[in-house]
Amino acid sequence: MSIKMLIRLMLRFKVKNMKIAIVVCRPKRRICTAVSVVILVLAVSLISACSNLNKAGIIVAGSTSVQPYAEVLAEEYMILHPDAVIDIQGGGSSAGIMAAQSGTSDLGMSSRILKDDEKSLWYVEIARDGLAVIMNPANPILNLTLDQISDIYSAKISDWSQVGGTKAKIHIITREDGSGTRDAFVNLVMGESNITPRAIVQDSNGAVRQLVADDPNAIGYISLGLVDDTVKALQLDGVAATRDNVMNGSYGLSRPFLFVALAEPTGQTKQFLDFVLSPEGQQILINEGLISPSEGTGK
Amino acid sequence: MKINKEKISGIVFLLIALSALSVLALITIFIFIKGVPIITKVGFFNFVFGMVWDPSHGAYGIFPMIIGSVSVTLGAAILGVPVAISCSIFLAEYAPAALSNIVRPAIQLLAAIPSVVYGFWGLLFVVPAIRNYLGGPGLSILAGSIILAIMILPTIISISEVSLLALPRQYKEGAYALGLTQWQTIRSVLLPAAKSGIVAAIILGIGRAIGETMAVIMVLGNAVAIPQSILDPARTLTTNIGIEMGYASGEHQQALFATGIVLLVIVMILNAFAQYVTRRK
Amino acid sequence: MKVSSRTAQRIAKILIWASALLVIVILLAIVIFILIKGVPEISWQFLTEIPRNMGRDGGISSTIVGTLLVTAVAVIIATPFGVGTAFYLTEYTREGKVTRIIRFSAESLSGIPSIVYGLFGFIFFVMYLKLGWSILSGGLTLAVMILPTIIRTSEEAIRTVSYQYREVSFSLGGTKWQTITRAVFPSAIRGIAVGVILGIGRCVAETAAVILTAGSALRMPGSIFSPTRTMAEHFYILAREGISMEKAYGTAALLIILIFIINVVANTLVNRFVAKGR
Repeated sequence: MSIKMLIRLMLRFKVKNMKIAIVVCRPKRRICTAVSVVILVLAVSLISACSNLNKAGIIVAGSTSVQPYAEVLAEEYMILHPDAVIDIQGGGSSAGIMAAQSGTSDLGMSSRILKDDEKSLWYVEIARDGLAVIMNPANPILNLTLDQISDIYSAKISDWSQVGGTKAKIHIITREDGSGTRDAFVNLVMGESNITPRAIVQDSNGAVRQLVADDPNAIGYISLGLVDDTVKALQLDGVAATRDNVMNGSYGLSRPFLFVALAEPTGQTKQFLDFVLSPEGQQILINEGLISPSEGTGK
Repeated sequence: MKINKEKISGIVFLLIALSALSVLALITIFIFIKGVPIITKVGFFNFVFGMVWDPSHGAYGIFPMIIGSVSVTLGAAILGVPVAISCSIFLAEYAPAALSNIVRPAIQLLAAIPSVVYGFWGLLFVVPAIRNYLGGPGLSILAGSIILAIMILPTIISISEVSLLALPRQYKEGAYALGLTQWQTIRSVLLPAAKSGIVAAIILGIGRAIGETMAVIMVLGNAVAIPQSILDPARTLTTNIGIEMGYASGEHQQALFATGIVLLVIVMILNAFAQYVTRRK
Repeated sequence: MKVSSRTAQRIAKILIWASALLVIVILLAIVIFILIKGVPEISWQFLTEIPRNMGRDGGISSTIVGTLLVTAVAVIIATPFGVGTAFYLTEYTREGKVTRIIRFSAESLSGIPSIVYGLFGFIFFVMYLKLGWSILSGGLTLAVMILPTIIRTSEEAIRTVSYQYREVSFSLGGTKWQTITRAVFPSAIRGIAVGVILGIGRCVAETAAVILTAGSALRMPGSIFSPTRTMAEHFYILAREGISMEKAYGTAALLIILIFIINVVANTLVNRFVAKGR
């Protein structure tokens, strides 16, 4: 029965008291009760979930580059220690460092070296990650010098034909301004020059890789461990981008993966850290394509 | 007794409204407190009209991002609004009940597709298409406009449709009685009558377009230089925040909050304009 | 150029039907693509196991639970406050400067990018209120995010309820409270429901704000104080980092199916119990 009809009826029969009319409107009452019951049930279940206190565990937060590796480590650790609880959190290197500083997280993950105002934090290097400069497989160029790459990224060179390729505009891809990966690239490759503002910016290694894989004219840089057969890693001054070359130092582009904390970790956090730095933990990282600080000369 | 219940319900509503509104006020204040220091430090005009955004060298000019936001949103509006309003007219006036019961949930389904899925789909189909047929890297203002236009369709359609349906039947009946055709009725009677709702819908849609982050990050290219054409990559105010927020600290973070302030001001100007238009009925 | 009203009528009809067709085609292009790629991934194992090995193996059960809980918290908090505020603005206050300012602010705030809400939530709920990365932080942040939208659309829906209803109700001796609950609310409920459903959709689809507040932990959340990862987040992380495209499509497909079910349920509720007569 619609409200309008109801009102018309009431006007016709001159019903003064709306209460009677409302009683006729029973279905609506039932709906109200049904809806409020549902809400009540949901609220009660939420509150009971409240009372179930979170098991004390440790929180590791920060760099999205380090995150997948930390997750694998945590998974393995929780299998070995079933009542341990470790939560891995993204948010970015700076967010992770901030969280560690404020105590929101027990450990912070960083894919860059600490800045001056962060130096008061305790940190340890858990792995080294090579940096590969990648191109589309269809691109005939195999090798570039560091200077050429720097000139490409600063837009002094803008066409592939200037470095031995076909005539086409170079599509430069870089990481975002605060990325640890970008910081490493800028420090190691760019030197004094700046990356051109016309460069395309992407927010993750995978995104850069996918773009380069799709665009024959693109160039980018990603974690060495993430290079697969959809893209081609350039040789730098004749040195191939391989794990071994990073380890023996002939391939110069690499950056550290750090765990940071307010102070040297104790208790559960220390146990997890010990696992990460142990041979088993390091082997897991090596399997994933990273380099252990215990191998080779590193940098 | 009745008066008491009246008063109580009045007070209850007042409390609800006050708490909701104070939370909203809290956010505004928060953004301002975080963002104003950097604007005063860099200088308002240098910030808003500065051509260079380079936080690692202390340059905080957001003009390229303003251009990016404006062009992408404009493109989305040009592509999306006509289609959306036509579709809402379709649902309100032309569609038989059976068809509208299919189309309406379909539109709400569009509304609920996560923006990241839109962005990803755009990256897989729209970007390569632009790169192969129109040139450039494909990541461009055009790609962003197309994706945003699709994303704001459901918002505009749903609310416009509700506005059209809420019109009293007499408007239509009167128009038909005067001999107007269906289209004439819609054009000269119903649309103007529903104008406030439709404009509200468009503003809400544009607001969503301006505020969209994830999908745009994926298809726009995010270059910090001022775009020269719709095939160039660009960066909007929102994607600027989105890309760098997780990594930013100190002054850089303040600058991003300041970008948020600018966004808020832009949206406020938009809304003021909308209210001006609707009040002139 | 004088076009006869008949021709105009015909052209208009064609264009309008065409626009509806365009919308359907776009929807199908996106949805069918995702479903074709993703549905084969969905299995009992996919739904009940938690992600392993960065998400390459296992299922997505923890993300499903996470999504549901975060959305539930957000909607349960935001809807009463939003609708109540809308009622207050339209029924209890006179149209004046204050209500216009409030309406204006609500509209403006719905335009702020979700990432800014995410950052606010991170600094306020996660760190300042020490709620940590949790479902509660995420839900509260999303509640604040959808609040302006719910206020605005509810208010619009309530305002368009014909003035006649209110007049008659009052003349019959109904109090303000009775008028609101029994005459205005049932008529406006359709518009309000649309706003709330759009809000739910926004919550489930949200990524940026949730990463910074609810976290991105992969294990099954133990309570609303646990961190969690929502399906939208999971899809984004899997797809962008290139960890597992198959699982990514599966997650996206499941997400879309879930949201579709929510919409259908909400729609039938609104249609069945609300007066259709106009």
